[in-house]
Amino acid sequence: MISVWNRNVNPADTVRLSKDDYIQRGVILIAVAFLFFTLLMPLSSMLVKSLQNADGDFVGLVNFATYFSNPVLFESVANSLQIALTSTFIVITLAFLFAYGLTRTCMPGKKTLRALTLLPLFAPSLLPGISLIYLLGNQGIFKGVLFGETIYGPIGIVIGMCFWVFPHVLMIMVTALSNSDARLYEAARVMKASPVRTFFTVTLPSAKYGLISASFVAFTLVITDFGVPKVIGGEFNVLATDIYKQVVGQQNFQMGAVVSVVLLLPAVFSFIADRLVQKKQVAMLSARAVPFVPSPHKMKDRLFFGICCLVVSAILLVIGMAVYASFITFWPYNTALTLNNYNFEEVGASWDFYFNSLEMAAWVAVIGTAVVFFNAYLVEKGRAFEPVRNLLHLMAMIPMAVPGMVLGLSYIFFFNQPGNPLNFIYATMAILVLNSVVHFYTVCHLTSVTALKQIDSEFEAVSSSLKVPFYATFWKVTLPVSLPAVLEISVYLFVNAMTTVSAVVFLYSSDTMLASISVMNMDEAGNTASAAAMAVLILVTCLAVKGTHWLLSQKLLTVTQGWRNR
Amino acid sequence: MTAQIQQVVTGKQWSEQRKPAAPYLQVNKLWKHYGNFAALKEISLEINEGEFVCFLGPSGCGKTTLLRAIAGLDPQSRGEIFQGGNNISRLPPEQRDFGIVFQSYALFPNLTVADNIAYGLHSQNMSRQRIDMKVRDLLDTIGLPDVAKKYPSQLSGGQQQRIALARALATEPGLLLLDEPLSALDARVRLHLRQEIRNLQRQLGITTIMVTHDQEEALSMADRIVVMNHGVIEQVGTPEEVYRRPINAFVANFVGTMNLLPTKAASNHQVRLGDRVICCLTYKAKEMDSTWLAFRPEVAQLISAGDDKSTLQGDTRQLESFAGTVIHSEFLGNFLRVEVAMQNSDLSIKVDVGTQHANLQCCTPGQNVEVCVPSSDLQVYERYAGSSATNPALIASAGAVS
Repeated sequence: MISVWNRNVNPADTVRLSKDDYIQRGVILIAVAFLFFTLLMPLSSMLVKSLQNADGDFVGLVNFATYFSNPVLFESVANSLQIALTSTFIVITLAFLFAYGLTRTCMPGKKTLRALTLLPLFAPSLLPGISLIYLLGNQGIFKGVLFGETIYGPIGIVIGMCFWVFPHVLMIMVTALSNSDARLYEAARVMKASPVRTFFTVTLPSAKYGLISASFVAFTLVITDFGVPKVIGGEFNVLATDIYKQVVGQQNFQMGAVVSVVLLLPAVFSFIADRLVQKKQVAMLSARAVPFVPSPHKMKDRLFFGICCLVVSAILLVIGMAVYASFITFWPYNTALTLNNYNFEEVGASWDFYFNSLEMAAWVAVIGTAVVFFNAYLVEKGRAFEPVRNLLHLMAMIPMAVPGMVLGLSYIFFFNQPGNPLNFIYATMAILVLNSVVHFYTVCHLTSVTALKQIDSEFEAVSSSLKVPFYATFWKVTLPVSLPAVLEISVYLFVNAMTTVSAVVFLYSSDTMLASISVMNMDEAGNTASAAAMAVLILVTCLAVKGTHWLLSQKLLTVTQGWRNR
Repeated sequence: MTAQIQQVVTGKQWSEQRKPAAPYLQVNKLWKHYGNFAALKEISLEINEGEFVCFLGPSGCGKTTLLRAIAGLDPQSRGEIFQGGNNISRLPPEQRDFGIVFQSYALFPNLTVADNIAYGLHSQNMSRQRIDMKVRDLLDTIGLPDVAKKYPSQLSGGQQQRIALARALATEPGLLLLDEPLSALDARVRLHLRQEIRNLQRQLGITTIMVTHDQEEALSMADRIVVMNHGVIEQVGTPEEVYRRPINAFVANFVGTMNLLPTKAASNHQVRLGDRVICCLTYKAKEMDSTWLAFRPEVAQLISAGDDKSTLQGDTRQLESFAGTVIHSEFLGNFLRVEVAMQNSDLSIKVDVGTQHANLQCCTPGQNVEVCVPSSDLQVYERYAGSSATNPALIASAGAVS
């Protein structure tokens, strides 16, 4: 038996391992174990829960049968799909026009317009909801625009979603439309194709994959978002709010798990479809493509400038309204300005929540960046041990497909089991940090991998020939060279940890109440102005961090200019 | 010829006739599989101490795979490697003794030149002073004494590659591996650096393996060339051997330019081209039917049709001549490469004509000419249906620079 095994084994695998190899493989295994216990185990305990009754006995698909036979609950599926499809269509159209203006015209103020569209990224998704109440709600300034329709429901959700998802989609669109080959346009012109024909035969096909990818991203973000429908959804139920209602309102954990599984499906499906499409896109652009440079065209430039200004004004209006509302004494009866709304203690909230959020976001940024970047390094630059490295990469991709609500609920099921030795972190700051790191893992992982791919792949070979251990080279070379990407990841993590509601809403305790959740709670309790104030506080904090990051990056670039540029 | 001169200069013990007891590096029946694809097929090779060996071949021939197996970066699937008498087949790269230079230089961009060179010295427990001294010595050796404080991106490609070389040599490895070190450089820098690397190698006496697809580079630098194709070694020999006596049609066509005419074997010293019998002194009939008749463009001479052959150099009685028409000629500086379409066939022959003395009139397109080749310079190779050597154009495009 042993001899047969030996004959079949690939002798390359029997290469003696050095101390370096043992350390590296040890760390990779720890990383795999980390994601196993913080991602796979919680998710599977949620799946198990959906198949159990309240006493924890296995009941098969009974819960699912109950769910689908309940018209009120099942209606949410249709609602969610309707909202997701409508919002996706609107936001894709707007983002395409905007991106077209940015990449294909010579309109003025591109940089400013682009920067302003990023604003929604720095606010919790609760903010557009609150703002819309002030703008279009029962006491809203522009209430008449709705012709008697109510903002509390699908209309409000769609508008809020469009606002919140827009920057995400725009980023993908801009990339897709930038990936154009000027030579194709020259060829089209030489062959006397009309502008319309050129648009349909050159522009659209080359942006095709970007469009598809952006649609999937928009769809997933909308269908899994909790903040917007929570604030402005009214009686209109969607899947994400259903989970919350089942768990927090009715303490029906089994049904919460069932809804989670239902919500997981479209997210996973659109995630897989997106990955497949993106693989194709990579192959599309040849390395020798000549970047397209737009030429001025008065009519076109003005038209797109107009469109872009409209979009940006809408964004500014939503944010401006929230900021304004946070300083109003009592809307709409007493519009005198006051700072009183920021005195959270008066409405039973506290500035401590804000500091809790700061603390958590800082931890997430520090720990998350270190863990994600080092793991990505092992995946990308590790030696041999390929099956396990690929496994780690695969696991790192999963969080993107898991909605925050689902992950948060999974954490309850897993970490709150009495027998779990990790039970002690339940209801502490640690579980919030852990959950957030895992929740936002994928984007950071992909950013790290992209940055690492740009580094010469022979650095590791050179250092092993010079007998320098891999971790020394990581510390002395790889990390300094990737510092811009590392900073970007940490800011991404900080901002997301500051603004997230969905996952942590199940995990906070009275000691670890967070600012974003208190926005929701204050809004629920009718203290909309204070909720707006807290949301604005989060927005300002995130902008300040982003600004610091920008200054730091500039500084870093000048310091390291010696070796970055010639 | 060049190889012999080098031997005298370096005083190396190595020579073809008197092999030392144990070679410095010994590769024994090496296989490398990627899935079902065999990148190396039972490669065996011996390299002596102080030797400069080039792995030469078209892209995908396995030369880099072999180099990386020797370094331990991509371990072989089967087979053994011995270095200095020790079996290193199972050792990870950090336990082997080599320095390596890549085509991309792979210099650490955030470290100064001095820190780059000293990178491997810090792990040797050397004192700061000794490291500094060593770095200065190395910078002097590579002829760049003033760049210690600069960053790699502030240097030219050629300078960067020299720094990479210095870094690889800093730890005084027993074996230097060069993976296409000159391919990313401008033609002029490349020529210059060729000599410089060669001189440095001779000066240090370090056993060196260089991977290249540039046959001119291999011919001008190597003590011995290992010509590879499709994962096997086609020929091992000094540059002169490989150029003058290529072992098969692939080597003949890959190293330098070779005219290859499809022929049939006739008898000893004779092959048949169409219905014509051609005398070929070096050829001994074997059990094969299809053959290539081969000769280099520079051994052929060109005369106008009907001209007197007695003006030609060499023994005119032992000339084979082929009548044809000039299709075009390419001016290459010190010589013209003339392409001649053979009469009554769709084959063509390339002939090099020196621009100094030749009668250039017969080289204009449309001229009827005769191509004369001494029988002693004609070579015959086996010809397999479907082998890559049956399509000389394909091999030429795979990387042969003539």
